[in-house]
Amino acid sequence: MWKRFSSNIGAMIGVVLLLAVIGIALFAPLIFAHTPWQMVQRPFLTPFSMDGLPLGTDTLGRDVASQLAYGARVSLLVGLVSTLVALLIGVPLGALAGFYGNWVDEGAMRFTEFFQTIPNFALAIVLVAIFEPTLASITIAIAIVSWPPVARLVRAEVMSVRKREFVDAARLAGLSRPRILLTQVLPNTVSPIIVMASLMVATAILLESSLSFLGLGDPNAMSWGYMIGAARTVIRSAWWLSFFPGIAIVITVLALNLIGEGLNDALNPHLSRRGKA
Amino acid sequence: MSALSIEHLSIGLPQGADRAFAVEDISFAIEKGEILCVVGESGSGKSMTANALMGLLPPGVTVKSGRALFEARDILRLPEAEKQALRGARIAMIFQEPMTALNPLMRIGEQIAEVFAAHDRFSQQERREKALNLIREVGLPDPEKIIRAYPFQLSGGQRQRAMIAMALALEPKLLIADEPTTALDVTTQAQILKLILDLRDKRGMAVMFITHDFGVVAEIADQVIVMREGSVVERGSAASVLTDPQHDYTRRLLDAIPTGKLPPARAPREVPALEIKGLRKVYRTGGGMFRPVREVRAVDDVSLTVGRGEVLGLVGESGSGKSTLGRTAVRLVTPDGGQVLVGGTDLAALSEEELRKQRHKVQMVFQDPYASLNPRQRIMGALTDGPITKGVPKAQAQARARELLDIVGLGAEAASRFPHEFSGGQRQRIGIARALAMDPELIICDEAVSALDVSIQAQVLDLLRDLRERFDLSILFITHDLRVAAQLCDRIAVMQKGRLVEIGTVHDIFLRPQQDYTRQLLAAVPGADWAKAGAA
Repeated sequence: MWKRFSSNIGAMIGVVLLLAVIGIALFAPLIFAHTPWQMVQRPFLTPFSMDGLPLGTDTLGRDVASQLAYGARVSLLVGLVSTLVALLIGVPLGALAGFYGNWVDEGAMRFTEFFQTIPNFALAIVLVAIFEPTLASITIAIAIVSWPPVARLVRAEVMSVRKREFVDAARLAGLSRPRILLTQVLPNTVSPIIVMASLMVATAILLESSLSFLGLGDPNAMSWGYMIGAARTVIRSAWWLSFFPGIAIVITVLALNLIGEGLNDALNPHLSRRGKA
Repeated sequence: MSALSIEHLSIGLPQGADRAFAVEDISFAIEKGEILCVVGESGSGKSMTANALMGLLPPGVTVKSGRALFEARDILRLPEAEKQALRGARIAMIFQEPMTALNPLMRIGEQIAEVFAAHDRFSQQERREKALNLIREVGLPDPEKIIRAYPFQLSGGQRQRAMIAMALALEPKLLIADEPTTALDVTTQAQILKLILDLRDKRGMAVMFITHDFGVVAEIADQVIVMREGSVVERGSAASVLTDPQHDYTRRLLDAIPTGKLPPARAPREVPALEIKGLRKVYRTGGGMFRPVREVRAVDDVSLTVGRGEVLGLVGESGSGKSTLGRTAVRLVTPDGGQVLVGGTDLAALSEEELRKQRHKVQMVFQDPYASLNPRQRIMGALTDGPITKGVPKAQAQARARELLDIVGLGAEAASRFPHEFSGGQRQRIGIARALAMDPELIICDEAVSALDVSIQAQVLDLLRDLRERFDLSILFITHDLRVAAQLCDRIAVMQKGRLVEIGTVHDIFLRPQQDYTRQLLAAVPGADWAKAGAA
């Protein structure tokens, strides 16, 4: 499997990009002497005009490069944690619905549809507006709007796996139903879940950026969306303030998508879009 | 001049395949009006040869050398446009699975007419007329209605007839048939084989017939070639290959075929291991607000007994309810009425929780060796899950699992491996070991050898025979293949449309069948006459 993944050039580019972003996020305090909130020079310094401030300064004279690095921490953290929470809600619900069927399925799916009928982003805004806008509440809001597709996917996978003969064999072995679900069925649904999770991290990062852009981010956390939001009034006079965080979002989301597609091709070789024999 | 002559054909497989060539340096010729059977087990390269002729090789697989002369041209080297003109018009092909080979969204008539359209022949009206004639020619009932039917409305045999009609549309010189009857019931298979023979006589076309079944060969072949791992190991007229095989491999294949030769009868058994009384199961489908419920009586008031130490064969065609009966006996399906008595307990009446404690009494060996083992679980886990749940200490269960793997001929070290490391026949052995691990009173084999190649099938049957003697096993052996049933079973029960038609000892069923349906089944077995001649 690793061999198939590593032979996919796109996926490897994705891995390298993502590792770079993670590295910058982790070592931000070592690379930059000052926090993203400190004013270090006069405002509106253009990129590459002064040593030590490669990306210039913002409207208050803060270091844009440092802001980017610290922003990566927020984006990655929110993306990963919200995806984990979404999996924690979606996988059990979908698994129960798919495995037990009948009224369990009906109930779980109506509950899922309830969330699916409300536009994602609108629901996220409402949730953040109701809670205090902190990193935790934003993460939870994103998780709450992104679990329904997970539940649907897991349900469909479980439904197809539970009809396989080895599940019948496990029933004949006298295994209890919950145990069959946990040890026989779920392990066989892991690969599509991994693929979906990698793509969900990307969507979560976009959602977080959009929320911050609207001013609904955590006021104590520097994030890429907040940077763009703060810079939109000066977009014509100071282009770099929105350009660099925008590029950062594009690169991170692209990297995650490349990895997700690479995983998909590696885990489901017969669905590969590259038509090999 | 031959209709088709293949000279020194080699087809290369992509790098990383288990061998370099799919077929290597094979030569053969088919005369006009002749049926050549290409026989071989899976992986012998017989289908690749056919695909190469049609220009349908999968990507990565290429013709390395050799020629295939058809109408004085080498069809392997033709440009794609000319190949396309040839396909369907001069060379036609029919496939194993008629349901997937037909377009589910197109009416049968349109699909046949499309063959004419693809080659730009005739007007709309003429195409319809021709399609009707073809439908009549392949013996489909009620042509006016069939022409407007969709594939899902036809039975398997009717679909294969429709495929043949499409293949015959432009009067090809050569018909390639790739296992066309493998997916069909015996009686349907017999009809399709007869149809192909009739059409050959009427039209004088050459037929290349790919099969793994020597019974089918005995029915229709003029010439035979036997392939193994990409090479031709034997060739000759059907009569000489069948009666006087020269190559070791052919002899082994022929020996492996379950013939009509009956094993010596064993004493009848008195103590019942399984008693089924008045069993009923009805499947209800559809039934909305405006549609009536459709009822299928899968099992309709069936009673039978399997004695302790006895092997009872349950034979029937698809849809006869034999699998439902088997699944009801292990209570994977809950019956609507009747009793399933195992050692005095009525499995059909137990609650879910009580049932789990009684599960070990009846075990099952499944049909599909690829689906019946969890791909993410090691063999040891598959063999010990059940006993441990039953209360056997872990160490003891593991020791027993190793012992059983040895008994079924895999060796104890197989325990630590994953299912994908084993072949189909080996997996079926694991399935048998898994059933034995529970020390059951009865084992149900649901088409347990149907998915295997004949030589592997023979080995697994040998194993079952051996185990039967060793452990005095009681087995309910479900199969569609009378020849297989004859090899292993003490008694045979014949089912049709959910009802038990006839039950008796193997000798009674084969030599003195009482019911018409049993006689039909026996007559439809391919190569029945040849087998009888061999047995005499």
